[in-house]
Amino acid sequence: MSRNVGIASRLKRNKITEVVASGKRMDGRDLLDYREIQIKTGVLEKVEGSAEAYLGKTRVLVGVKFGKGYPFDDTPDKGVLMTNAEFTPIAHPTFEPGPPDERSIELARVVDRGLRSAEILDMKKLCLVPGKSVYMVHVDIYVLSYDGNLIDCSALAAIAALKTAKMPVYTVKDENVKLTKKTKAVKILREPLAVSIVKIGDSLLVDPSADEEEVMDARITITLDEKGNVCTIQKVGSVGFTRDELKTAVQIAAEKVEELRKNV
Amino acid sequence: MSKKKSKKTTKRFDGRKPDELRPLKIESGVLPHADGSAYIEMGRNKILVGVFGPREMHPKRFSKPNMATLRCRYHMAPFSVDPRRSPAPSRRDNEISMVMRYALEPAVFLERYPRSVIDVYAEILEADGGTRTACINAASVALVDAGIPVRDLVASCAAGKIDGQLVLDLGDYEDKEGDADVPLAYMPKTEHVTLLQMDGILSQDDFNGCIDMAIEGCKQIYEVQREALKKKYGLDEGEAN
Amino acid sequence: MSAKFENRDLVVPGDVLFEGRIRTGDNTFRSNGHVSASRIGLVNYNQGMVSVISLEAGFNPLSGDLVIGEVIDIDLGRWIVDIGSSENAFLNVQDAIDAPFRSDIVMPEILDVGETIIAKIVDLDRRRTPILSILGPSLGKVKEGFIFRITPSKIPRLIGKKGSMVNMILKATGCNVVIGQNGWILIQGRNRENEMIVVKVIEKIEREAHISGLTTRVQEYLKELKEEIK
Repeated sequence: MSRNVGIASRLKRNKITEVVASGKRMDGRDLLDYREIQIKTGVLEKVEGSAEAYLGKTRVLVGVKFGKGYPFDDTPDKGVLMTNAEFTPIAHPTFEPGPPDERSIELARVVDRGLRSAEILDMKKLCLVPGKSVYMVHVDIYVLSYDGNLIDCSALAAIAALKTAKMPVYTVKDENVKLTKKTKAVKILREPLAVSIVKIGDSLLVDPSADEEEVMDARITITLDEKGNVCTIQKVGSVGFTRDELKTAVQIAAEKVEELRKNV
Repeated sequence: MSKKKSKKTTKRFDGRKPDELRPLKIESGVLPHADGSAYIEMGRNKILVGVFGPREMHPKRFSKPNMATLRCRYHMAPFSVDPRRSPAPSRRDNEISMVMRYALEPAVFLERYPRSVIDVYAEILEADGGTRTACINAASVALVDAGIPVRDLVASCAAGKIDGQLVLDLGDYEDKEGDADVPLAYMPKTEHVTLLQMDGILSQDDFNGCIDMAIEGCKQIYEVQREALKKKYGLDEGEAN
Repeated sequence: MSAKFENRDLVVPGDVLFEGRIRTGDNTFRSNGHVSASRIGLVNYNQGMVSVISLEAGFNPLSGDLVIGEVIDIDLGRWIVDIGSSENAFLNVQDAIDAPFRSDIVMPEILDVGETIIAKIVDLDRRRTPILSILGPSLGKVKEGFIFRITPSKIPRLIGKKGSMVNMILKATGCNVVIGQNGWILIQGRNRENEMIVVKVIEKIEREAHISGLTTRVQEYLKELKEEIK
């Protein structure tokens, strides 16, 4: 069952293109329909926050871990937020074990930029002793099943995990940082969520399945906060978007993101 | 460590009896894109196993001309332990991957699929001691779910010694605080032990006691594995004779 | 000498099916004087033989099987075809154009990587690699439709006795359905609604293949789905 990744079945490409051109999808959805979304929070016990998000058969688990560490030299008075993503080989037959490839790095970076650009956490409040000790926040995205649209699914899970996280409280006395038994809720300033829009032929559609991603011409992921501000954009694929298509895409994303927001 | 022998009836720190397993739950066919899969909760371990194949081996030169290769991968999620760990595989992960393979291989009819590979991927989402035994339990179910012909199921658990008492299925705390830990895997129908490791110090009598206790534990786990496989089909008939 | 289960009981690998001498059928093996199951499935004692009708099994290619596959690579004089088996199959030029390979043949013009074919397994070579042919009626390159895949062990139920199940689906939906023994199913319909019905029905058959009374349930389900689109 092994095949060269990247060469899509011609039959699949033709069929999907034809069905999409008629305004329908292989699984019966309309072009602008998301699959069923399900989010469970607090699914892990050894982390401060966790959430599992399902988008149809796509399934992503996010663990948020708070710890203590050193700040970066250029931001001595700010905490550190790090986002990491892993494609597990159980998620899809084409995923192989090994160091992160460009797809998982893209996933981590796009979600990370969404969180950062929106300034979801007040990083200055995550400083314990300037230049010496700050909170380290690890957001680990773990892909358990792949059927397309990992970015939207991961952003949902990340926000749900952060919103429900309980961070440890440290006391600081003369630059001595001590862990207490107390925890407190994490203050989330914004809620950036991603909407990925895929171009197949002349049509734009949301929430692509794995098959649709395999045959797509291009994809644009638009992350918006709860005020409708655009926070991050990522375009991939070897076909361009027209100016009109881009504007339509932003409009679609702005509408769809409200629908997603109801789930977190 | 206490050497008192009077603790025979003491309850364990989590309230279990010495020969009692942790709560165990197994579900088969949980991953949509794997050929076979299983989810296990053994104590607070949470593990997903996916099986792929038999499929073509790449690169081809690693394939065996007369049989399939069983490839196991034990992998811990960064959030599976506290403190967070690096996602890169450690030496420990690699060793456990190997002993998992040796535990499962005797059960599989590998000779039916020359030159191909069967991949068994275990993802530890949350670890609570005894992860390797939990992985083997789930992997055995996932192999059957993948339709790969096997001689028997492989059930696995550990026995050990803590505070002078022999105990079954050690949790994380007992694993770290105890005197010894003996993880074992067992094929109940053929009565073969396919995994055996040990850490710590045990008298020969205690070691034999651990083996007996672990095998009894495996027999209980075996029943849960059978039920997990059958449950997918919603059938009650065909109970074991 | 005795059977350990009733016919159609669900058994798991390792279960002893028979003590003593009996012929061993599919998905069973003999050891220490008894016969055991090697796959999960329904046990079948029939005329001095014991076998297991497996619920989960990959594709075991046999000469004569009709399969659907996808060209994944081109070698000198042959195409390499993914048929979802433990090994890729070969299609030699001779078995595609009924003429020997010549160096001036441009192979991708005949069949390119990414194209789908309906083929017959004509042979297994010395290494048991399936050798395909697309020469023959209704074989060859697939130009339209889409592929839906199910567990190969469920294919016999989808076909039904003498094709009864698949014919019922064809009749009800007007779609063309070609079933590969390897679990790949080609669906060609005149409209989306009917194609969707075919997919839903096949999914139901895959899910419930082991529960008796399947034909009646599928019949009712077809009716139900057709009413929905009205």
